[in-house]
Amino acid sequence: MIEITNLQKSYVTGNTSLHVLKGIDFSVKEGELVSIMGSSGSGKSTLLNILGMLDEADQGTYMLDNTPIKNLNEKIAAQYRNKFLGFIFQSFNLINYKTAVDNVALPLYYQKVGRKERDEKAMHYLEKVGLADWANHLPNQLSGGQKQRVAIARALASDPKVLLADEPTGALDTKTSYEVMELIQGINEEGRTILIVTHEPDIAEMTKRVVNLKDGRIIDDRLVNQIKASAHV
Amino acid sequence: MFNRDRWIEIIEALNANKLRTLLTAFGVFWGIFILVALLALTNGLRNGATANFANSATNSMFMWGQSTSVPYKGMNKGRRVQFKLADVEVLKEKMPSLKYVSPRQQLGGYQGANNVTRDEKTGAFQVNGDYPEYIYQQYMDIVKGRWLNYSDIQKEMKSAVIGTDVVKSLYDIGEEPIGTYIKLQGVNFKVVGVFENPNTQGDSEEEANTIFIPFTSFAKAFNTADNVQWMAITAHDDVSITDVKEQVLSIMREQRSVHPDDKRAIGNFDRAELFAKFTGLFDILSFVGYFVGALVLLSGGIGISNIMLIVVKERTNEIGVRRALGATPWAIKSQILQESIVLTLISGLAGIAFSAGLIWFMNYFLDNNGPVENFANPSVNIVVVVIALIILSIAGLLAGFIPASRATTMKPVDALRTE
Ligand SMILES: Nc1ncnc2c1ncn2[C@@H]1O[C@H](COP(=O)(O)OP(=O)(O)OP(=O)(O)O)[C@@H](O)[C@H]1O
Ligand SMILES: [Mg+2]
Repeated sequence: MIEITNLQKSYVTGNTSLHVLKGIDFSVKEGELVSIMGSSGSGKSTLLNILGMLDEADQGTYMLDNTPIKNLNEKIAAQYRNKFLGFIFQSFNLINYKTAVDNVALPLYYQKVGRKERDEKAMHYLEKVGLADWANHLPNQLSGGQKQRVAIARALASDPKVLLADEPTGALDTKTSYEVMELIQGINEEGRTILIVTHEPDIAEMTKRVVNLKDGRIIDDRLVNQIKASAHV
Repeated sequence: MFNRDRWIEIIEALNANKLRTLLTAFGVFWGIFILVALLALTNGLRNGATANFANSATNSMFMWGQSTSVPYKGMNKGRRVQFKLADVEVLKEKMPSLKYVSPRQQLGGYQGANNVTRDEKTGAFQVNGDYPEYIYQQYMDIVKGRWLNYSDIQKEMKSAVIGTDVVKSLYDIGEEPIGTYIKLQGVNFKVVGVFENPNTQGDSEEEANTIFIPFTSFAKAFNTADNVQWMAITAHDDVSITDVKEQVLSIMREQRSVHPDDKRAIGNFDRAELFAKFTGLFDILSFVGYFVGALVLLSGGIGISNIMLIVVKERTNEIGVRRALGATPWAIKSQILQESIVLTLISGLAGIAFSAGLIWFMNYFLDNNGPVENFANPSVNIVVVVIALIILSIAGLLAGFIPASRATTMKPVDALRTE
């Protein structure tokens, strides 16, 4: 599903250049649940953003679902993001003046899906994350865990190939984190490919594979025995 | 481009910060309001002032004899210039560009001594000896009977056409004036018509206080022979009276043996010139109205642009999220452009509606409280309103343009990182 080779990225600020990714080779197969770990500043978010086409690599190749991702103009990039990817952010990034159901429907709006079908699908995903009763609430009327579940429903709405989550439990307490992880595990069970950036070992333990980054390189990549989040809840 | 979803998006976004939306809208609202109101007021003044001209042929001049100020052909200065009836014929003959040359003799006048009697009733009125053409130079409504005609002139009929104010002073209410006799300085004249001045402004009172009799009957009744006191001259439509005025005056100087450079001997009043001055003045006023209105509108537009920039900056993160969810740059840009246009148009329309209300109120007030001197029927041309709306839409588009392109120049990752 994801194939990257020799991925490199530097940030240039003023006349200093910071080499953040120093050649990443990495591949993810369909249906995997991968966590990316590493100390702060090791380049986890940078990698995920490049995978998400939110940022561009300086060097290396990137294939997503057998489509080369290289020198895309913004219009194509936007269409690929819409079709292939779903994002889950640490700070939820819900649009605060839209209700839960309208937030979930937004990717479908950009897919030019009709209003009725959009609302039906959005309600379907809200039900899936257990928030059907909160459909018409604004984000500031929801708890952190609920917001993240709405965000997950939104990421799922366009039925993407891959979910990319940057510290999805970073702003949540332990119990809520596990609830969110349980949801993510369930989605993975249905066969969806998911990448999670985290620095919490217990969250990483709930994925199927842990990739460790250090100073812009992968130092460790191993399969783990997945711990079911439901066991903790 | 403007489907229902877009509208909902736009309304949601504008609703997200109501106070700011209102304040932004106010700039444009105020701009268009000032523009329309200024133009309406200018038009009101223009209509009011030109109403004074409305019932007269504006392409006209008037002249009368005064005293010479230069000795000429052995005659001392200070001699009175007396026009004669023959001068009228000479003018008509030498100047085919003139449409009407109406001589007049005149008696009495406004606030003069009583000169008209009917039974026990008396009054002081202006009595004009005129030719029938005069009615084409100063329009009057003949409300009863008829106007003077050439039969009156030729037969030196003692006919009189009297103003409505004359009727009020000399007749009882309900009394029929046509066919009755009135005495003008002791001479009996038969009333054949009653006129009213359609011009309800300015000197209407004076005008309705007038009695018109045939020029020839005037000369005979008051022994003025072929003397002419005053002439009303109108040029053909394709000739400006102002252009031929000098020619008329020099013919008259020659006729009356006045030194060619004696400017004071013949008095004249050029109605066309005055009218041109008036219209020129109001053209300037309109221009000032447009100019000030456009400036206020421009500042409103700049306000919208500024606010949209702030909106885009504040919504950087939201725009990043939308792009992560698959919004194309055009989708983002067009939304911002549309927000800007909608905001501009709605506030502009509100401004137009509000000023229309004001104009309606002014007209309502004028209708109910009677005419005001030099102000009538304030209004704006619908074309101006349409042009203002088009300018508004363009302004909204331009105002949104910089913010819209600013919104998509950033990489999505940077937009998302902005809080
Ligand atoms: N836009 C940027 N400009 C300059 N430097 C940047 C930029 N984004 C990230 N960096 C730098 O790149 C390095 C890697 O950042 P990145 O966000 O990928 O780290 P991370 O592994 O996600 O850390 P954390 O666990 O704290 O989120 C950091 O040193 C950071 O300061
Ligand atoms: Mg990070």
